[in-house]
Amino acid sequence: MAYNDKVLDHYENPRNVGSFDKNDDNVGTGMVGAPACGDVMKLQIKVGDDGVINDAKFKTFGCGSAIASSSLVTEWIKGKSLDDALTIKNKDIAEELALPPVKIHCSVLAEDAIKQAITDYKKKQ
Amino acid sequence: MKLPIYMDNQATTPVDPRVLELMIPWFTEKFGNPASSSHSFGWEADTAVKKARKQVADLIGADPKEIIFTSGATESDNIAILGVANFHKERGNHIITLVSEHKAVLDSCRFLESEGFDVTYLPVQDNGLIDLDLLVNAFTDKTILVTVMAANNEIGVIQPLAQIGALCRERKVYFHTDAAQGVGKYPIDVNKMNIDLLSISGHKFYAPKGVGALYVRRRPRVRLKPVMFGGGHERGIRSGTLPTPLLVGLGAACEIAAQDMESDNRRILALRERMRQGILGQLSDVVVNGDLEQRLAGNLNISFNYVEGESLMMAIKDVAVSSGSACTSASLEPSYVLRALGVNEEMAHTSIRFGLGRFSTEEEVDFVVKTIVKAVNKLREMSPLWEMAQEGINMDDIEWAAH
Repeated sequence: MAYNDKVLDHYENPRNVGSFDKNDDNVGTGMVGAPACGDVMKLQIKVGDDGVINDAKFKTFGCGSAIASSSLVTEWIKGKSLDDALTIKNKDIAEELALPPVKIHCSVLAEDAIKQAITDYKKKQ
Repeated sequence: MKLPIYMDNQATTPVDPRVLELMIPWFTEKFGNPASSSHSFGWEADTAVKKARKQVADLIGADPKEIIFTSGATESDNIAILGVANFHKERGNHIITLVSEHKAVLDSCRFLESEGFDVTYLPVQDNGLIDLDLLVNAFTDKTILVTVMAANNEIGVIQPLAQIGALCRERKVYFHTDAAQGVGKYPIDVNKMNIDLLSISGHKFYAPKGVGALYVRRRPRVRLKPVMFGGGHERGIRSGTLPTPLLVGLGAACEIAAQDMESDNRRILALRERMRQGILGQLSDVVVNGDLEQRLAGNLNISFNYVEGESLMMAIKDVAVSSGSACTSASLEPSYVLRALGVNEEMAHTSIRFGLGRFSTEEEVDFVVKTIVKAVNKLREMSPLWEMAQEGINMDDIEWAAH
């Protein structure tokens, strides 16, 4: 399969790889997917007192499109309020990366990861 | 060293230049139809086909009259399985095969099931090899055919053909083997191994694509119904004009394989071991899939735990390999062959098949080892599963949401 340039760029130069302390109250962690399915995404957000996501990190086990989807969303959510971050839809991710139909589930996972990270953060407050 | 490096020799091999050279005149100057018995164009083509038939037969210890030329192993498998089943259905309707067979065998069997046949799909052991006790117990008085591959295309394990052949012969059950990955790679003798039908694929051992053969035993005679009809070529079993240049290539590849087998194997095995030790010596949590002893010299199938196969292939884009990861298959299911070995889905997703061949070099192996080690380390740094493993978290304790 030939890859789209944007997927390749995110894959080769992934943005924001890493982890925050998941026990930190300002951090929300989302972990979605399953090893048996070949995709696991961990997305973490760090939220400021103003309710704005001021940093994000990810780690992903999965294909190039899964890595690119998670890398992309860490860029997108930085600087957004929680409500704004929740408006990111899998369709936007798939369109930006020109994902083929068999890779749409990667974008779905990335959207779910955002939601889960935000839910986790809110639970802690 | 030229990039990209080809390390997918179980998918296909390049045509050996020695083979190609012999083929060329048969495209242009000597283009006759071997079936044209009325002029010299036909005669010379017929002579070439006869020679090729003998070269193929000699490689497997057969008689030239027992060789049917086909387009490749898929066609040979279809003719063998459907042909025997259809001819002998009055005698019995039971067929035995393995779950780890190639799709050409499995799907032929599935089709026969829809036609009222019973098929037993034997599981394989954790090392990929057949359990002969299970085979013995699977025979019924309705069994007409056993079909077991010579060597597996994904994990390279070599099935004990001689033992299977002996069990079949005792019971007067036909034994077919899909030897696409075996012929030309290690010694196969249809008489010593009691093989009744054997499928050959040219492009797996340096002959061109689009040509293969089916061995069909004459004594005791194996009778089959053809699956395609026409001018009655190849004893009526496979009608269609014979492709002289391709057959010349197939024959030459067989002769070279017989002649170079020992030295090729010694060299390729040394490369494979250099590669295996290079990777296992530098990376933890890697597993070789399939038996290491009963195995093709040129095959190495490795699971790199915590790193998904397709992303690993992207990271080593200068190296052409295959993966058992679902992401590389149209079905989105990980390799059924690895699953048959009891490899869990997670590990199946992390597998890469390295296929070394006649033209692989030590320099290429060293480059691939270096590239793989670097890529796996990089991807593990990005892998949440690796991170959890380092923290001592057991993946099995987590409730994953399947999607």
